Amino acid sequence: MVPRPFRVVRYRRELPDTFTLTLEPLAGPAEFFFQPGQFNMLYQMGAGEVPSSISGAPGRPRELVHTIRAVGNVTGVLQRCRPGDVIGVRGPFGTPWPVAALAGRDLIILTGGLGLAPLRPVIYAILARRQDYGAVEIIYGARSPRDLLYRRELERWRGRFDLRVHVTVDSASPDWHGNVGVVTNLIPRTRIDTCHAAALICGPGVMMRFAVQELVKLGLQIQDIYVSLERNMQCALGLCGHCQLGPFFVCKDGPVFSYDRIGPWFEKREV
Amino acid sequence: MSQFRWPGGAGAVMPAAALGDLLALLWREGFQPVGPTVQDGYLGLDVLHTPADLPQGWTTEADAGWFRLQRSDRAAFFGFNLGQESWKKFLFPPRLPVVTAARQDGLISFAAPARPPTAYALIGVRACELAALAVLDRTLRQGAFRDPDYEARRQAALVVAVNCTESDAACFCASLGTGPAVRGGYDLALTELTGADGHFFLIQAGSAQGERLMAALPVQPVREEQWQQAQAGIAAAARRQTRSLATADLPGLLYERPEHPHWEEVAARCLSCGSCALVCPTCFCFCLEDETDLENKTATRWRLWDVCHNLDHSYIHGGWLRPSRKARYRQWLTHKLAAWLDQFGCLGCTGCGRCLVWCPVAIDLTAELPALRETAPKE
Repeated sequence: MVPRPFRVVRYRRELPDTFTLTLEPLAGPAEFFFQPGQFNMLYQMGAGEVPSSISGAPGRPRELVHTIRAVGNVTGVLQRCRPGDVIGVRGPFGTPWPVAALAGRDLIILTGGLGLAPLRPVIYAILARRQDYGAVEIIYGARSPRDLLYRRELERWRGRFDLRVHVTVDSASPDWHGNVGVVTNLIPRTRIDTCHAAALICGPGVMMRFAVQELVKLGLQIQDIYVSLERNMQCALGLCGHCQLGPFFVCKDGPVFSYDRIGPWFEKREV
Repeated sequence: MSQFRWPGGAGAVMPAAALGDLLALLWREGFQPVGPTVQDGYLGLDVLHTPADLPQGWTTEADAGWFRLQRSDRAAFFGFNLGQESWKKFLFPPRLPVVTAARQDGLISFAAPARPPTAYALIGVRACELAALAVLDRTLRQGAFRDPDYEARRQAALVVAVNCTESDAACFCASLGTGPAVRGGYDLALTELTGADGHFFLIQAGSAQGERLMAALPVQPVREEQWQQAQAGIAAAARRQTRSLATADLPGLLYERPEHPHWEEVAARCLSCGSCALVCPTCFCFCLEDETDLENKTATRWRLWDVCHNLDHSYIHGGWLRPSRKARYRQWLTHKLAAWLDQFGCLGCTGCGRCLVWCPVAIDLTAELPALRETAPKE
């Protein structure tokens, strides 16, 4: 339960309500090892704690990176952090995306909005060992062109010959020449071999449900579809009870689940 | 006159007055005896200095939405079944500081509050509550995710169990096989005998520590009729139970019927007050809350009991995952009687009946579960 103090070394404004903190430990080991998909509890003195996915590169353990949207009390205070400020960190917690187990497969990485943040470590990990994977396609949707997270990185990834990157927005002005529409519309455009493919999905609940339907139509097996879930998390230790979903504690059994395991619970209302 | 041995260990008998010797002995050994007491007309659990602190001559009447504490003509110290409070009050306190933070010169340091756990001697633990401690042990003390504070308190605690020779109308331990006879998990077990030939306790040790304590008490061999009287009392307590809970079709029954119309029917009565979860001896949900000084230079993070009937229990940014009362009651019951089996390999219910007694609108899980079973689901 006791956090470790970390110093903010970089603050980056991503979007009007979204920012990225780069942190380094004040004491203890200088390196913070984690696996893509895991999360930390970030503590802001006197305000409280929030769960936040780690969004940096697993191969660069000397900088701990979190991209956060200011949606409540604690994240609102975290947004006012600047280099030099100290916050508390507990973690890493939870199950990772099965990045190593998916070697040799074609991959669809499907995200909406801030959902790109918990998947960015996966993209970094794949690019670090690109030859280990088959075709990789990233499908990303945002509300508008102004809401595209990590825009420069997306453009850089789109420039690579070994990635296909599809981006869509819900609404746009005439100066946008890309796709318009919901992210699930782009799924049929993928050119992957659905017999050997796996999909990693993170985004709003509705988006994930429809995305799974579309992927299953394409021929993916539900055990090859992984989702990352969000719940009220207070302890992250499987003790406080808030994150339960049916028989699962999302903090310790998740947040990443294969869909054959979590689907029956995820699709029920108010469970 | 033959001397009897209890199944599983040497039994003995001690005069009721020796209860004072036991309490004094526990105090001397560094324990803090806690147990049932009546204060201001309320039967709770608190520190016991002498047997006079026990609710001698009191009894209770408990049924769904109904509880009465009243005078009895018996001199028994344990002539009642259960009050509102369970032992989790001591082993899993309602309010516990878990982290302190201090800010100085732009730096923040964190610490875990040091607290040598009080060694409680839990006096008067009933069979259903021993079962509840076993459930909490599986939940908080086993597996990869453990609560070190619970572990320390539990490790230090001494358990003096009491066999029930009476049952309230709310009791259903017999149907779950958790009572009314205690079956292990204690250091000492008592059975209170009142009658024409005096006021005694049958006493049995369940651990080496229990045997050591027993050796220091004024005990005598058990007479056959005393042993028979104790067995008859326990058997009668089981026979008198009118409520029961059938669990053979769990967890499937609850997993398969999330849209059963009966959930709406319960929700129409439920007040979402959370009493059932607070009095439950196994409910373990907690929330974390910060308390700071005015300058935000020091902060304490508190662990506080929480209940899934609270709307905020399921809050994530932008809303609640279980906004309806139906969903929250369903979560509570489905967790107790279904998910718990998957999570910890046991039910989250031991048949103590507190949830139905302290429900202000008398919602009774021994009636709700059969209703979910018997009516055909709409789905």
